This record gives sequence, C-alpha cells and structure tokens, in this order.
Amino acid sequence: MIEIVSASRCIECDICVKVCPANVFDAVPDSAPIIARQDDCQTCYLCEIYCPVDALYVAHRAEGHFPITEAEVEERNLFGSYARALGWKRGKAGGTEHDPTHRIRVAAV
Amino acid sequence: MSRPPSPTLPENSERMSSDRVKSTSNDPLHLQADVLVLGGGPSGAWAALAAAEDGARVVLADKGYLGTSGATAPSNTGTWCVPPGENRAQAVERRWQRTGGLADQRWMLRCVDQAYENLVKLSEWGYLFPQEDDGRLYIANLRGPDYMRFMRRRVLKAGVTVLDHHPALELLSNGDAITGASGVDRQRNRDWSIEAKAVVLATGGCAFHERILGATGLTGDGYLMAAEAGAHLSGMEFTGKYTLAPYETSLNKGLPYRWATFYREDGSPLLDANGEQVSNGIGERERDIAKALIDGPVFARLDHAEPALQDWLRRGQPNCFVPHDRAGIDPFKDLFRITLRAEGTVRGTGGIMLATADCGTGVPGLYVAGDAASRENMTGAVSGGGAVNSSWAIASGWWSGKGASTHARKSARNAFRSISKPLGEAGLRPAGNARANLRTAEIIEAVRAEVIPLEKNYFRDGTTLHTSSERLESLWNDVRQHLHAEGVDRVRSRETASITASARWSLASALARNESRGMHRRGDRPGNDPAFARRILVSGVDAITIGEAQISREGIAS
Repeated sequence: MIEIVSASRCIECDICVKVCPANVFDAVPDSAPIIARQDDCQTCYLCEIYCPVDALYVAHRAEGHFPITEAEVEERNLFGSYARALGWKRGKAGGTEHDPTHRIRVAAV
Repeated sequence: MSRPPSPTLPENSERMSSDRVKSTSNDPLHLQADVLVLGGGPSGAWAALAAAEDGARVVLADKGYLGTSGATAPSNTGTWCVPPGENRAQAVERRWQRTGGLADQRWMLRCVDQAYENLVKLSEWGYLFPQEDDGRLYIANLRGPDYMRFMRRRVLKAGVTVLDHHPALELLSNGDAITGASGVDRQRNRDWSIEAKAVVLATGGCAFHERILGATGLTGDGYLMAAEAGAHLSGMEFTGKYTLAPYETSLNKGLPYRWATFYREDGSPLLDANGEQVSNGIGERERDIAKALIDGPVFARLDHAEPALQDWLRRGQPNCFVPHDRAGIDPFKDLFRITLRAEGTVRGTGGIMLATADCGTGVPGLYVAGDAASRENMTGAVSGGGAVNSSWAIASGWWSGKGASTHARKSARNAFRSISKPLGEAGLRPAGNARANLRTAEIIEAVRAEVIPLEKNYFRDGTTLHTSSERLESLWNDVRQHLHAEGVDRVRSRETASITASARWSLASALARNESRGMHRRGDRPGNDPAFARRILVSGVDAITIGEAQISREGIAS
C-alpha cells in the first residue's frame, strides 16, 4: 500500500490525486497531498510512475500497513525504482519499444 | 476523423464552461449524450472511440481514472493475436479444444479479426511496439500503463467527454429502454446524471475485493445494474480461477512461475502424487499447489530461469519484481512465500449475457463490453487469462460502441422526451428500514469467506455450495432490506450490494452446474457430463432464476 508522500520531494502538482484509480489521496491547499484512504490502495504502483518527481513510495504489502521511513527508501534508492524499470521519466511514459516480453513468451511455450 | 460535437446540457440547467472540471460547486451535473460509456478500462476506451468515430456525442464516466483504472493498466498483458490467413481457423480450432466445449468458434474468429485490426490501428496511431529480430513489429503484447495512457489521449482527441472519479450508481429507464445513468462525483461530492440514447457497460468483472491488480474498481457494479434492468448473466459459475502471487502482495501475474519450483515451509520440495517435485506453476500443477496451500505455507523460487531469461523477465515484467526488490529478495535464488489469489470473474469467464452480435444485452439501449460481459463465447469454461480477455476487450469494446451509436441514431427522434426513472435498489433504496449499524466491510468479509477460500471455491462440492448459498441469502437479506448510505458513501454501499449479488449468482450457477468443467471443479461431481455442454444463465436480483442456453450453431452477423 501507499506509505509515503515525500514532502521534501513533492511539488504539489496533485497529479497523484487525479490519477489514483482508488482515490486514495486528498489534495491539500499549499501542501503535499495526504494519504486519506490508505486501506483503499490496491498496490498497483501507478501513482509512483505518474509522479513527476518520484515523491511517492508504495510498499509491497497489499494487505495492511508496512511502515518504512523516508530515509530508508532514499538509502535503498527505491523512490522511482518502478518508473526507472519501465523507462518512464518525470511522469512521462516511455520504454514499450524495448519490452522483451515477446522473448519470454517464446521461451514459455 | 471529424470531431463530434460535445455533449450538451439540457436547456434549463446551468451553463457549463470549460473550467467545469475545476468547479467546486455541489450542484448536480446534468449532461446529455448519444452514447454513455460506463468504465474506463480498455473495453470502455475502445467503445468510446468506436462510437465517437461514428459521429456520436460520447461521455465516458469512470469510477477511477481513465488510464489507470481496470485490470489492464497496472499489468503487462499479451493479446490473442493471430494475423489473417489460413492459420486463423486452425488457431481458433486449437484454442476451442481447450474451452470445455462452451466457446463459440464464430465469435472467436470475429474477435481475432477485430482485435488484430485494432492492434494495427494502435501501431498506426503511434503506440510503440517492440520489434522482433527480423524487424517486424511484435503487436501481441501491450504494456498496461503505457497502453491505457495512450488510449486516454486517443479518447480525448476523439472529442469524448471524460469524467474521472465519477462512479455510476444506477441506470435510468423510461420503461421501454435504458435512457442513461446517474452517480456521484466522488472528489466533489456532487451527484451527476447523464441522459443518453444508449449506454455501454464497461465496468469490468467482480474480484470480490481480493487485493489483485486493478481490483479496487472491479466490484461487479455493472452486473447489478444490468440485472436490475432485466438482463441475464451467463457463466457466473466460472469464478474458480486463481493466480499465483508473492504472499500478501497484489502481483497476480502467473508468467514467472513457469520457471518456478515449489517448497513446503520446512524447505522440503513440494511433491506431486507421483513423488515428483512440483515445478511450472502455471500449468496442470496448479492443483497440487492449491492443495498444499490449504495444508500450510508454500514457497517458490524461480530457479529454472536461465540468466538470459532472468534479464527478459526483469525488463519485460518489471512489476513482478517490485515486491521482491522492496522486500529485499532475489526470487531467482531465494525462497519466497506465495499465495493463490482469487480472481472472481476478472480472469473467470462469467458476466452479462450477450444477446446480439453488436454486444447488446437484450435490454433496449444497453450494451456490454470487456469483462462485464460473459466471455464464454471466447473461452468457455477455462480462463481467458490476460491474452484472450485483452483481445476480447478490444473487439467487444469496438462492437458495443458501434452498436450503441447505431442504436442512438435510430432512437434520435424521440430521445430525451420521456420521463426516466432510476432502477437502482440494493444499497441505495432499502426495502425495509435503513440500519446504521450495518458495516459494509463486515458484509464484504462475510461474502469473501464463502467465495474466496481454496477449500470452498477452488475445490467445490454440492454440500459446501449449499451452505455458502444459505449464508449468502441471509447476507443479501441484510443488504437488500437495510443497507443505506448518503453522498459519496453510496459508492461503497452499492459496491457491497454488487459484490454480494455477484457471489449469490455465482453460487446459484455453481449449484446448477452439476458436473465439473474447466475451472468449475466439483469434488462430488468429477468429470464432464455431456448433458451440461450448455450455458447456465441466471437472472433476477431478489429472486434468482436459473435458465440455460444451448450454444448457438447459427451464424452471427459481424
């Protein structure tokens, strides 16, 4: 589930409020959005890749909390790690032309 | 493509400007459209595009956000992609052999045809497919986040009015036909209603609140709305599909487990009935894993993946590795605990019955696409996985959009003159006294206790199904008689009603299918019974009626 909105990274664009399919965030005037409905998070990681400044962290646990500090996420270079794996940058899509999944499907037969 | 005119307001309502989306007014939103699409996954997006291409004024309303909603957006999905040629009929025949005899080859063929055409369109529109070694584009795979973001742009470019975070609560009817829908804008807490000449339900399947990718919005809302309008459901017994995921995660992606071996908690290899170690979790060995998971924790390791494959898996299925990386696990070397995630009708096959080739439901003005529709025509009693379902979303979306826009044109003369009534009951208008102490979370947990556990739903038997069915009747009685909410809370009460209703239909259908077939595994009725080579239909909301349908052998128009 979503665990961290980094106030130090956040630029208050509220894109996450808009794109979260589960409506987990609430916008706050002149501040970073808050995680208002954490239990509704479906752990899809999509907010992370839409975030233009990699300010969000979704923990791998989909059932219940998984408390983790912002310092640990920074230390382990996990902010934006899914976006980097896909080839998305600063909230912009990219990388489908390099997807090697067709090779996996050949190997799976 | 010419840009169709924007949906218009009724004459007496407030004038809207382009900053409507930023409005903070709580006044209800009223719009008129030719075609209203409910749902913003792939099938809804394709339906909106098809209707807009026909010149229809289209509104698409989604519970979440067109681009991230649905089961496709968070994933990476294959398509069932067969290029034109003689090989097509053979590919369909081969696939049909695996469907438990319940699929329809003519639907399969026309789906393959339409999906291929639309995948080529995607490429022409600029979606970047990877290339094979010989330079040809590989169009048989779609990366969910990119695909759905691309579709959003395309839909907006086609002039469709997109309403994000606008869950529908109920359909509207003039007594003869569906005339629109209403719901709530959940980020502004204001009601909306849209009069439309035709409505497409693209609301997805029902995942019974299982924590799988995309499931947050997949609560069977469309099934309940359709059943309230008088439509039939079909194949609701086929909800026995489960997919492996790392324990407590949302990652129900089976592909990496093709190269897995499995272990018990003490580290000893999981053995099958012949004493051989269980490997390849996406094949026939799944049943052994399901049995072991009932006994206790099961672990996996992707140790059959060679280094080159490891690299392709990591780069091609990056979301599968997000939970492992965050948990500090190397799944190619370390054992990690797994679970089987129930997928309801999402990777099951049940849904709203298709009555016509243009994806009509038999209720005038109501069309259905994607996982909201029964996929038995495509994949019968077995899961369509990602691939068949993905092609089905493309094709059925397209057909339903065309069907709806054609219907809208025909009904143009007398549209918007009749009085419409809302059809929603359970979760909105309780039959008895509203009870404040009825908790939606507790109701959903009680439903889940009957339709999620492997020992009840993967391995079924008549006695257990009966007991579950009785519990569901009691829960339904609470929901129907007493569940009530106001404002935005109606979304959750309506979802609760939809989940409960979907479970009831599923159990009633599972009891009626007195045999085993595909993902419907009855321990008390092992094996196929030729007498059941037909569809189980279910209709009615409070009183459920079971019917059946032979599989049509007649030609269908395309």
